[in-house]
Amino acid sequence: MMQTRKTLLVLGGTSDIGRATALRYAAAGWRVLLTARDAEAGRRNADDIAARAGAEVSVHALDALNTGSFLSFVDGLPVLPDTVVSVVGELGDQARAEGDLEHAARVLRANFEGPALLLGVFAERFAARRSGTLVGVSSVAGDRGRGSNYVYGSAKAGFTAFLSGLRNRLAPTGVRVITVKPGFVRTRMTSAIKLPPLLTAEPSEVGTAIYAAAEGGGGDVIYVRGPWRIVMTVISLLPERVFKRLRL
Amino acid sequence: MIELTGWGRYPRHASEWLEAETPAAVPALQSGHAGLVARGNGRAYGDAAIGERVTLSTSRLDRFRAFDPASGLLTVEAGVLLADILAALVPRGYFPAVVPGTKFVTVGGMIAADVHGKNHHRDGGFGAHVESLKLVLPHGQTLTCSPAENAALFAATIGGMGLTGTIVEATIRLRPVRTGWMRQRTIVARDLDAAMAALAETAGATYSVAWIDCLARGASLGRSLVYAAEHATPEDVVALRPGAEPFPPARPGRLAVPLDLPGGMLNRATVKAFNELYFRRGARRAGEPALVHWDPYFFPLDGIADWNRIYGRAGFVQYQCVIPPAAARPALGEIVERIAHRGRASFLAVLKQLGDSAGTIAFARQGFTLALDLPATADVLTLLDELDGVVVGAGGRLYLAKDARQSAATFEAGYPGLPAFRELRRALGADRRIASRLSARLAV
Repeated sequence: MMQTRKTLLVLGGTSDIGRATALRYAAAGWRVLLTARDAEAGRRNADDIAARAGAEVSVHALDALNTGSFLSFVDGLPVLPDTVVSVVGELGDQARAEGDLEHAARVLRANFEGPALLLGVFAERFAARRSGTLVGVSSVAGDRGRGSNYVYGSAKAGFTAFLSGLRNRLAPTGVRVITVKPGFVRTRMTSAIKLPPLLTAEPSEVGTAIYAAAEGGGGDVIYVRGPWRIVMTVISLLPERVFKRLRL
Repeated sequence: MIELTGWGRYPRHASEWLEAETPAAVPALQSGHAGLVARGNGRAYGDAAIGERVTLSTSRLDRFRAFDPASGLLTVEAGVLLADILAALVPRGYFPAVVPGTKFVTVGGMIAADVHGKNHHRDGGFGAHVESLKLVLPHGQTLTCSPAENAALFAATIGGMGLTGTIVEATIRLRPVRTGWMRQRTIVARDLDAAMAALAETAGATYSVAWIDCLARGASLGRSLVYAAEHATPEDVVALRPGAEPFPPARPGRLAVPLDLPGGMLNRATVKAFNELYFRRGARRAGEPALVHWDPYFFPLDGIADWNRIYGRAGFVQYQCVIPPAAARPALGEIVERIAHRGRASFLAVLKQLGDSAGTIAFARQGFTLALDLPATADVLTLLDELDGVVVGAGGRLYLAKDARQSAATFEAGYPGLPAFRELRRALGADRRIASRLSARLAV
């Protein structure tokens, strides 16, 4: 058993990946804080984790698009967490985003502005404390903009770059920053899409991978399913004159 | 519309498919459709969890609600898998009071089938350990049912195959265990008489079950290995496996059947060879107590993912009957004899003792139950029709969670609670709204 109980904060505690990550930490004896826009959905996940693991779990209201509330949200937490995992994000609808500016802006903000600014606030506090781990769940879609999902992908690319810069800056302080690129995950967000089994992870796999990387001292940038690193490297290296002719 | 089957992959039916995201979503989904039945993880073998028109999946109702370590009471949504309960709570020293032969079943499904374990003779079925449940009635109203509250509806829902409405939440009792290991002893029974005697003799054990070789004939007809077991104490673990951790984690499935095997793979010769080896291996180890991990002890086939594919694409049927004690010996003898005579290869055959159930149309009753699986071929289906005659003649009945093919007449003969169940369904309006392929086939 741990001497002092550590605390995890999951930003986006009603998502399937957020739930799985929180469960993994709770099973290891951590106290868990979940954020939720929908209090009832947050409560449902918190009760689930508490009953399974016998852990202390609380729910904290947060809308990741309401940037003005971020500072008071962090100040209002019962404790400054040891680890913060952001699974905030929204796949959106690429076709709709091409014509609907409001929808496109929402996708950009939910996948970049919201999670980046939130982790940025924690980064300052962690740097002052000189400890802590920040985990950002980004996406392989951010490795190169593709015609089928570049609005979402470009926001994730921004988030990936933000995390990279943060990691670079905070390295001397002892604060760790981890970028997670899950690839396909079987969740509610992807339930309507047919996914290739080899490249598709279960939410629990993502939770386990995050815990291993963040608390076990793994890599800085992790792909949950190994083949993704190869797939995305190949896609990134294709010359633009070839790439632009592909339907990806 | 999608095509659905049970675990036996026979029969196949088209159905509309609905998924409930939360318990709160169930009333609207249910009251908006007729000919609907709830489906958990699809482990009923036949057509019990295929809606006559619409199938309502409860698999996303997978949240635990509360666990009280002092009382061992666990409240969960109905789609929570037994595997999840075990993974979370065995390491904390709790074990469900009753578990069936697979952990990939939902709590709602276990209540609906009133599943039994190897301890039915002592502890009753799963339903006997349900403190209360929340049921969404055909028109969308939600009721709490327990042995004290809405008792008739509770009794009809235990073993009621989902035909009273959709279970969305339940509170069940777990027992404290001191380790995650089982202390097992094996008794060799040379024939059916010896097997039944050994089961009666081991009735004092918490868990007792016989594996029966359905291909042995003549003097060896019904030869069996009888397994009796208890939850092991820490002292047992020290004595039998020094250094083992007291609460070993669940075993991940290592093997998988990656594709449908050709239908002829499981023939008389291969199964006979398997049975011979299995029997000899068990006989060699008989007598000495063994320490067995809870996972392979209770769920041996769960170690092989998709084992239902070994029967090929045509699928298979499970045949499980229970025969009252007085008539059990001659009836079981005749059933085993007929199967052995036809040389039908049952890969898995199990014999155990059951006690009674409080469920209105629940399967369990005092007697001996025999379960076997057979390929779903025309000659097997004919053989099973003959066996139905033996079962009915002996005052027995067939298990609805396994059934894919019995007639309405066989069903009616075996279930004296049926008139009361029908009456209750009429009163609820369930007769017009809640219907599975099974309930339509059996005119429930």
